[in-house]
Amino acid sequence: MKKKIRIIAAAGFILFLGLSYLMNFAPGEEMGRKIWLFTLDMIKILLCAFILIGLFEVWVKKETVEKHLGEGSLSMGYIWALLLAGTTVGGLYVAFPVAHSLYKKGAKLSVIFTYISAAAVFRVPMAVFEASFMGLKFTAIRFSVSLPLILLSSILLGAYLKKKDYSIRDGEIYQKR
Amino acid sequence: MIYFYAGTLFLLLFSFFKDKQKTRQALKIAWKKFAHIAPGFVMVLILMAAVLTALPEHVIARVLGNGQVWISVATAALIGSVTLMPGFIVFPLCGLLLKQGISYMVLSAFTTTLMMVGVITFPVEKAYFGTRVTLIRNAFSFLTALIVTLATGFFFGELGQ
Repeated sequence: MKKKIRIIAAAGFILFLGLSYLMNFAPGEEMGRKIWLFTLDMIKILLCAFILIGLFEVWVKKETVEKHLGEGSLSMGYIWALLLAGTTVGGLYVAFPVAHSLYKKGAKLSVIFTYISAAAVFRVPMAVFEASFMGLKFTAIRFSVSLPLILLSSILLGAYLKKKDYSIRDGEIYQKR
Repeated sequence: MIYFYAGTLFLLLFSFFKDKQKTRQALKIAWKKFAHIAPGFVMVLILMAAVLTALPEHVIARVLGNGQVWISVATAALIGSVTLMPGFIVFPLCGLLLKQGISYMVLSAFTTTLMMVGVITFPVEKAYFGTRVTLIRNAFSFLTALIVTLATGFFFGELGQ
């Protein structure tokens, strides 16, 4: 049922874009152009990201992740999360599947959340780009203020969820199959 | 970006020479995971295009530069939260806004929420982590972004204005 609604919605949207082009409806045309542009940009990154995730899942042992990012890892786990975040490309939408795979391999929740938030702010290529437009001071303030806050909120969230005995199930998309 | 492609290709080839079976399995996993989350991404793309069509760059520029700092900060944080923009658009835009005299604080609110708070990426995040965690994480992120904004205002001496 839900799938049917989705298909109808998608068909309706494509119809809307098609009609926009036929009738020269400017906002519709603009949306189509933007979707195309963003899709290209996203696909390029996602293609590599998912291949890397696949390789990670077959080659890296569960024990390795557990040892370095798991419950027993103490502070080193967070440092690994920050380093990994620094080399992530794309943004949040890449960080989510990566974090999910890490979690499945035994990384602890607080490390996962640190990774996600850090991947939003601390990506090295983006930071260089940012500093070149906004100045080093701007970027430095953002980094140094958000880092402790990210660590603190991740640890709090991790502890809270652990207390609630939460575990990330395979999200609803995975459950269906 | 080119290093990213080269690195991926290198690892893939390396894996292939070491163990063909495992590499095939890796690609299978990659494809399966991608196919599972693809509807979520389509949703994100449509939302992103819709929001950016409704709020084109010149409108964002006008709204952020309305003169009253605190109102600008609030709208910047709001727009940043509900928008998702590729970095190659955001920072050139912000560099331009900076030259037009828009304060660092407003731009900090805009870019930090843009990066950390994901209203548009909600469908994808929810699929992986569930609704509750997604809500909490985004609330924390919004708070963090506000504190970063205040700190930026403080260090650039813009708070008293």
